This record gives sequence, structure tokens and C-alpha cells, in this order.
Amino acid sequence: MSVQTVESTAREVSRTGGRAGRLFAGRNRYLTAAVCLALSTIMVLPILVSVLASLKTTAEAAAVPPTYFPSTISLDSYARLWTYQAGLLHYVGNSLGTALLTIALALGLTIPAGYALGRFPIPGKELFFVFLLMALIIPYQALLTPMFLMFVQLKLTNTIVGLAILHTTIQLPFSLYIMRNSFEAVPNELEEAALIDGGGPWQVLTKVFLPALTPAIVTVALFAFITSWNELLGSLVINSKESAFTLPVILAAARTETSLGGTDWGMLQAGVTISIIPCIGVYLLLQKYYVSGLLSGALK
Amino acid sequence: MRRYKLIGFLYLTPALLFVLVFTAYPFAQMVWVSFNSWSLITPPRFIGLDNYTRAFNDRQFWVSLTYSLKYTVLITPILMVGGYLIALLVVQNTALRRLTRTIVFVPFVIGLGVSSLLWYWLFNPTFGLIDKFLLDIGLISKPIIWLGTNADMSTWAIIASIVWKVIGFGMLMFVTAIQSIPTEVNEATMVDGASHWQRTLRVTLPLTRRTVLLVTLISVIGSLLAFDQFYIMTAGQPFNQTATAVFYVYLNSFPYLRLGYGAALSVIIAAIVLAFTIVQLILTRRSTV
Repeated sequence: MSVQTVESTAREVSRTGGRAGRLFAGRNRYLTAAVCLALSTIMVLPILVSVLASLKTTAEAAAVPPTYFPSTISLDSYARLWTYQAGLLHYVGNSLGTALLTIALALGLTIPAGYALGRFPIPGKELFFVFLLMALIIPYQALLTPMFLMFVQLKLTNTIVGLAILHTTIQLPFSLYIMRNSFEAVPNELEEAALIDGGGPWQVLTKVFLPALTPAIVTVALFAFITSWNELLGSLVINSKESAFTLPVILAAARTETSLGGTDWGMLQAGVTISIIPCIGVYLLLQKYYVSGLLSGALK
Repeated sequence: MRRYKLIGFLYLTPALLFVLVFTAYPFAQMVWVSFNSWSLITPPRFIGLDNYTRAFNDRQFWVSLTYSLKYTVLITPILMVGGYLIALLVVQNTALRRLTRTIVFVPFVIGLGVSSLLWYWLFNPTFGLIDKFLLDIGLISKPIIWLGTNADMSTWAIIASIVWKVIGFGMLMFVTAIQSIPTEVNEATMVDGASHWQRTLRVTLPLTRRTVLLVTLISVIGSLLAFDQFYIMTAGQPFNQTATAVFYVYLNSFPYLRLGYGAALSVIIAAIVLAFTIVQLILTRRSTV
């Protein structure tokens, strides 16, 4: 039997095997679909009931026993959250400002560093890489005290800049990992062509790499946003003035706020909903980039 | 060539400076503080290794450390096996499976603090919907107090919430790893007449071993350093039995203001995490040869 026949037989068998597989899958198709649906329901349900609970009236949100669905739709909880302490917008503004600055810092630091580590023959490169990943093994909660003392000296407490710096240190290892691997994954030919055209490293970076790295950039920006937008403890420790508080801090405080003699569950759900919406929104919008960004960065 | 190296180094400098100032320096300071007795109000006083010997004899520290390890040992297999099974379920690119993938990953993008608040509400025996549902379907006759009174119950409740929150990450990593296996490999084993599960065990799993090890490492480090979910859902109760190692560091550093002692505990935890990382890296390296 010639090699070719073996191959074609193999292909034939695999095709029938595939058909048998599909047939098998056919019998199991309803089961698979049912499992998929059940799984999706379990994942969505907690978020869904929380969003619905935020739309209950003040009395219904505190009802015993609780109701599954709001009997009437009401924005009472949002109204209370809107005017809570300095007002919702103020805290959303702090959170958003910190998150945007964190994105800028994370990208501003890891794009050049990823370029250097992925594309230049720097001696001792691996050592530098490990050094930059250092924050990975240090519990950042442990670094808060020395960071706080440093920020007091630098007058960075109660500022968006200080908090963004802290969030960047948390996010840096992951971002760098993704960036370096993505820079390494770009084919040499692209870079060489640009170099032959007489471009320097800066031109090569902006003209060749940045367009090719959109998924990695989106991934890093997205994770930086999610980390910063949600981070609680650092914000709690570094900021003492209420005017500097971020959304998660106000939310944690709202847990102990009372209405009708207990936690104001309605307002808490409203806060949870408002925190969740931007995260899920950007995730769904940018999903295409994000998945391939993770792929190119994490699976090397 | 020399000039090229220099330019490369120049691009690396901002990140190096940032990590030097905002990670390495605070870390060095923390190590130094760990040799001191310091409460912020009084100036630091050098006491050598006293904080470390004290940690060794501190019963609560051992309880917290053991608890963090126990939590890690319980949750990691669930996340790995569960994530891999879901990945196998949704690995093919059909509409339904793509949608399921997207949905399973959703909880991963919401904050840990926020998801903990969400589950804190769901598990509440008076206002939460979990007990309400279990009562309605007649599985229980009186509400269960999930959080803060029974350590085991609290642990499992928190594990449930975290599995919900992060299982999508492992799934996504495994799906991408399985999809990158060349189709010829699968066809070849089909010729051998291997069943689906045989193929999964003998071919798919070994070929995705690197990713499995990477996800395990990320998950182990994350679990060893767990804090937010315990801070929000049990606050260490009952009797600090669910206070994780990092939670105990937090208690010592901030409410108790024992900065030196808190720093010593942090150094010990960082050393443990480092040990885990090294073991994992050796395993990964061995699996690629």
C-alpha cells in the first residue's frame, strides 16, 4: 500500500469517523443544548435577580420573605444612590478618572517594555522580565502600608494619580506578559520590510507593531479598566477624604447604611448594577479583540 | 548592534523605573519594617527576628495560613476539572456553544468586591433568594445561615460564589488551547478507533498540559492570596476561623496597627507563594521537553 493510499484511507476513515461522531453528537445534541442552557442560566441568574432587585420599591426591597421579581418597577433605589453622600456622579467620576489614568499608565509602560523585551537583543533580558513580574508574588495588600507612607510624602494620598499608580502596579505583570508575547508573535518579515524602508525603531513601533497589536492593546486596556474600576482595599487605605472615594468604597459603605431598620438592600443592588454595567458592556463590545489578545498573549 | 541594544534598553527604562519605585522599593521597605516593632505612633524600633519567631508561635497565624491552604486545596480541583469539562462542552464553534462561552465568562469581568456583595445578599437568610428558593421547593424547612456562623458552611458558600465568578477564565484558556491542537492529531487517533473519552484523556489533555499548569498556577496564587471575598462575606467569622492569611495580615497592619508584625507575615506569605511558583515553573519546563 502506497503512502498516498494510506493517507486517503485514513482521511476516508476519519470522515466516516467524523460522520459517526456527528451521528453520536446528533443523539446527544439535545443533551448538550440542555447542559449549555442550564449552565448559561446559572451564570446569568445571580446578576439578573440583582438587577431586578434594584428596580423594586423601597418597601419591597426590604420585604420578608423576599420576592423573586419586582411587582412594580421603581427607581427609588437609584434615586437614593444618586444623592447618597456626595452624590453618585462624584464617585463614578473618581472611579472613571482613576480607571482611565490606569489604562494610560499600563499601556504607556508596557507597550515600550513589551517592544524592548520582545524585539531587542538586550543582555540579561529574562532577568529584567522576572524583575518586572515581581508584583505577581507579593500580595499587594502587604505593600499598601509602605505605599501609603510613600504617598503621604509625595502628597499623592486622596488623589486620582496616587490610586492609579497603585492600580497600575497590580495590573503591570499581566499586561507586560500579554504585551511581550504579542510583540514576539508578530512575524519578522513585517519588521524587516519596514527597516529596509529606512524606518527607525520608533517608526517601526508606530507603523508596524501598533496596528498589529490592537487585540493585545484592547486586552490590556480592558483588564486595566476592570481591575481599577473594581478595586476596593487600596482605595480604602490610600484615600481618607470622602471626596476622593471611589464607587466600590461607597458601595461597601452602603452595605452598612440602613433603611427600614436593616441594610438598604435596594440601594446596594442599585450600586451593584451600576458597577457591573460598564464591565459587561465593554466586555461584550470588545470581545472579538479581547479573546484573540488573550490567545496571542497567554498561550505562547 | 550596540546602539540597537541601547535603544532597546531605553524602551525598557520607564517600566523598570516604575517597578523599582512603586514595587521593589516598598517591598524592600516592608522587609526592613519586618525587623522592627512599629505602630505608626511610636518610631520604629529594631528587634531583629522577633516578629518572625512571634509569627511561628502565633496560633491564629497558623490557623489563617492553614485555612488559606485548605481553601486553595478545595477550590483548585473544582476550578480545573470544572473549567476543563465546560471547555470540552463548548469547544466547537457552533452558535449555541459560542454564546455559552460568552455567558460563562461574564462573571469574570465583574469585580470581586461587587460579586461578593451580590452573593452576600443571595446567601442572606432573611433577604436572600437562595434560602427563599430552597424553602419554596421544600428542600429545607427553615432558613440556613450560610455565612459567618459555621466555618465549613461559610467556606463552601464562598467557594460556590468564587467558582461562579472565575470558572470562565479557565474555560476560555482551555478552549483556546484545545482549539490550537492540529486537526491531524485528532484524525489520527480517530483512525485508531479511540473513543471520545479515550481521546480526551490520552491526546487532548496531554497536549494542553502547559495551559493546564499555567491556569493552575494562576488559580493557586489567587486562592492563597484570597482576601476580598472573605472580607466582605464573613469578615473572618466565626471566631476568625475563616480569616485567610492575607486577611490576618490586613488585621495586623491596619486595624491593630502592628506594622512590623504585619510586614513579617507578608514576607512569609510572599515566600510561600514564591515556593509554589518555582515548583510550578519546574513542572511546566519539564512538560515542554
